[in-house]
Amino acid sequence: MESEEFNLIIEPGRIEKNYWSDLWRYRELFYILAWRDFKVRYKQTVIGVAWSVLRPLLTMVVIVVVFSKLAKLPSEGNAPYAIMSLAGLLPWQFFSNALSESSNSLISNTNLFTKVYFPRILIPASSIVLGFVDFLITFVMLLLIMVPYQFVPSINMIFLPFFFILTFLASFGFGLLMSTLNLKYRDFRYIVPFVVQFGMYISPVAFSSSIVPEKYQLLYSLNPMVGVIDGFRWCIIGGDVPLNLTSLMISTVVILAFAWLGIRYFRKTEKMLADYA
Amino acid sequence: MSTIIKVENLGKSYLIGHQRERYVALRDVLANKARQVASKTKNILSGGQLIAGNEIEEFWALKDINFEVNQGDRVGIIGRNGAGKSTLLKVLSRITEPTTGRIQLKGRVASLLEVGTGFHPELSGRENIYLNGAILGMSQIEVRKKFDEIVDFAGVEKFLDTPVKRYSSGMYVRLAFAVAAHLEPEILIIDEVLAVGDAEFQKKCLGKMEDVSKNEGRTVLFVSHDMANISSLTNNAICLVNGEIAFQGNTRDTINYYLQNGLNICSIFKAEPDLNKPNFTYAAVKTSESDGVHFNGEDLEIEVEVNMPKIIEGMSVSFQIFNSRRFPVIYGYLFDVDQPILRETGRHKFKCILPKCKLYQDTYYVKLHLAESKGREKFQEIDNICEFEVKMIGKIIEWGWQKDVCIYTEDFSWELY
Repeated sequence: MESEEFNLIIEPGRIEKNYWSDLWRYRELFYILAWRDFKVRYKQTVIGVAWSVLRPLLTMVVIVVVFSKLAKLPSEGNAPYAIMSLAGLLPWQFFSNALSESSNSLISNTNLFTKVYFPRILIPASSIVLGFVDFLITFVMLLLIMVPYQFVPSINMIFLPFFFILTFLASFGFGLLMSTLNLKYRDFRYIVPFVVQFGMYISPVAFSSSIVPEKYQLLYSLNPMVGVIDGFRWCIIGGDVPLNLTSLMISTVVILAFAWLGIRYFRKTEKMLADYA
Repeated sequence: MSTIIKVENLGKSYLIGHQRERYVALRDVLANKARQVASKTKNILSGGQLIAGNEIEEFWALKDINFEVNQGDRVGIIGRNGAGKSTLLKVLSRITEPTTGRIQLKGRVASLLEVGTGFHPELSGRENIYLNGAILGMSQIEVRKKFDEIVDFAGVEKFLDTPVKRYSSGMYVRLAFAVAAHLEPEILIIDEVLAVGDAEFQKKCLGKMEDVSKNEGRTVLFVSHDMANISSLTNNAICLVNGEIAFQGNTRDTINYYLQNGLNICSIFKAEPDLNKPNFTYAAVKTSESDGVHFNGEDLEIEVEVNMPKIIEGMSVSFQIFNSRRFPVIYGYLFDVDQPILRETGRHKFKCILPKCKLYQDTYYVKLHLAESKGREKFQEIDNICEFEVKMIGKIIEWGWQKDVCIYTEDFSWELY
């Protein structure tokens, strides 16, 4: 009754009804935080944005040399190995960048959220934007590399946004979880880089997931990046390799579960973040 | 007038850990470490907090806080360090959640707990104005509209496109405050941010604050150690002691309560009376501001209590005030030959007033002496107590007050020929 005239009530454990609409009101802060990260990223570097091109390019070269030329792993369908690996590197790089950035985002922004109120989820969310910029750069690079190979991308490309959203959800879910855990228990500062490094080898980045034996395929797709990377390859290379729908379903379920868990855990701890910092 | 803030039974507790036992033997250290890892892992799995130490205590930073604020009120919050002032502001501005109770607010809230929150050293002044504005809750349109005013207030036109890491600290603070001063929320929460910058800029800020609160009818909550600022800026005040409201009312009464209850006394020395020889049982420095902050030119008081278990003739009490370089600056004394003292058993209280104390800005501490002059027997010497800090506030010189200019200021006048 009397509480109706007050537009803001602060109570322990109170769940705000208009959490998501509140978030919309703070969209400008979201843009500006992302813009800040972008602005300061390559300050005091000599080659600047070129780093965004160089990093995936060099990774691709190493993959091609080591896995294709030395280890003689097969490509997928009749696509050149460089294109196959870059198509896998594209979502993986986004995932690993976004995960590393967002899991560190709370720690590096403690000075903000211990002094001012705003929906805390903006911090990990805005830190992913930078990864998206890198993603776009790598994507353009992939299209350019197709030219000398005279490779025409598949019509399946129209499904790419779907797989991108899946990658985003995967990195956002894990990122939210890791950012809070990282703030509370600094052990995760050492765990996350390890997971990212380890993950590159257990995900089909440098090889096609078709080389995994049939009977382990389902188990393998519990790694959410398997469905995502396979999806990206199917979109870009297309052709004779059909999409493994079962494995995609499993990966999607795992991703959704983690995204839900991440958001839930974040919202639960959000109001106490300033005390953990 | 309508209520704009209503706080009921507000409480905030923290868990703090203590290390009770110290281990020396390797076996015990290892066993203890293993136990710690086990309990911490349990904490992680249950989502609890990591707390150092093997004994955990619940500490209430705020307890049973109840108050209401009407629209247009300017409320000062005073109390010693650790009384819960900043925690109260943090809970009110939604930075952290309360443990108990409820707060109801009407309208937009902006909090200013620090000058220049979110300033990025690599970004230019112009970019930081937009960034800081957004963080404080201004829309970009609002910032754009007030941009010239902000730049003008800060006086940094020439350096707008220079990264703020190249700014002098004065420029940095001016720019940061200028952004904050142009916020237009219904409720403004301010923690001692005015204690920055040179005196001239402080005056400008205070003027702006007065303008905002008095003329624009905004509700302001303001924490400060400076009673002069509190009394000029606020009409009501709350005095917090150990996380609870000890007094609330109009500003004059609250400040009186605060001063009368000795809440502005800094580190107090206390000891049990000795049964065999005379000793100090109490010593305190009463500074002009709270938390051991003293303004140059104000009266400084030193209070001591001496316990006499038996009658001794020819006693003397004296003190020295040392500066941070351990140089004795002031000596004060009280000898029995000048004025009979301590001629009875029991506790005796003394107060020494240093009128218009002109110590220069620095940190000082006190050394006490208790002796008997005839037999030259020294009963007690207490060093390093009652630390206090002197600030040069309210006096303006063009260059600002630099370190180690002098150790003492004196009145002077010039005659020009």
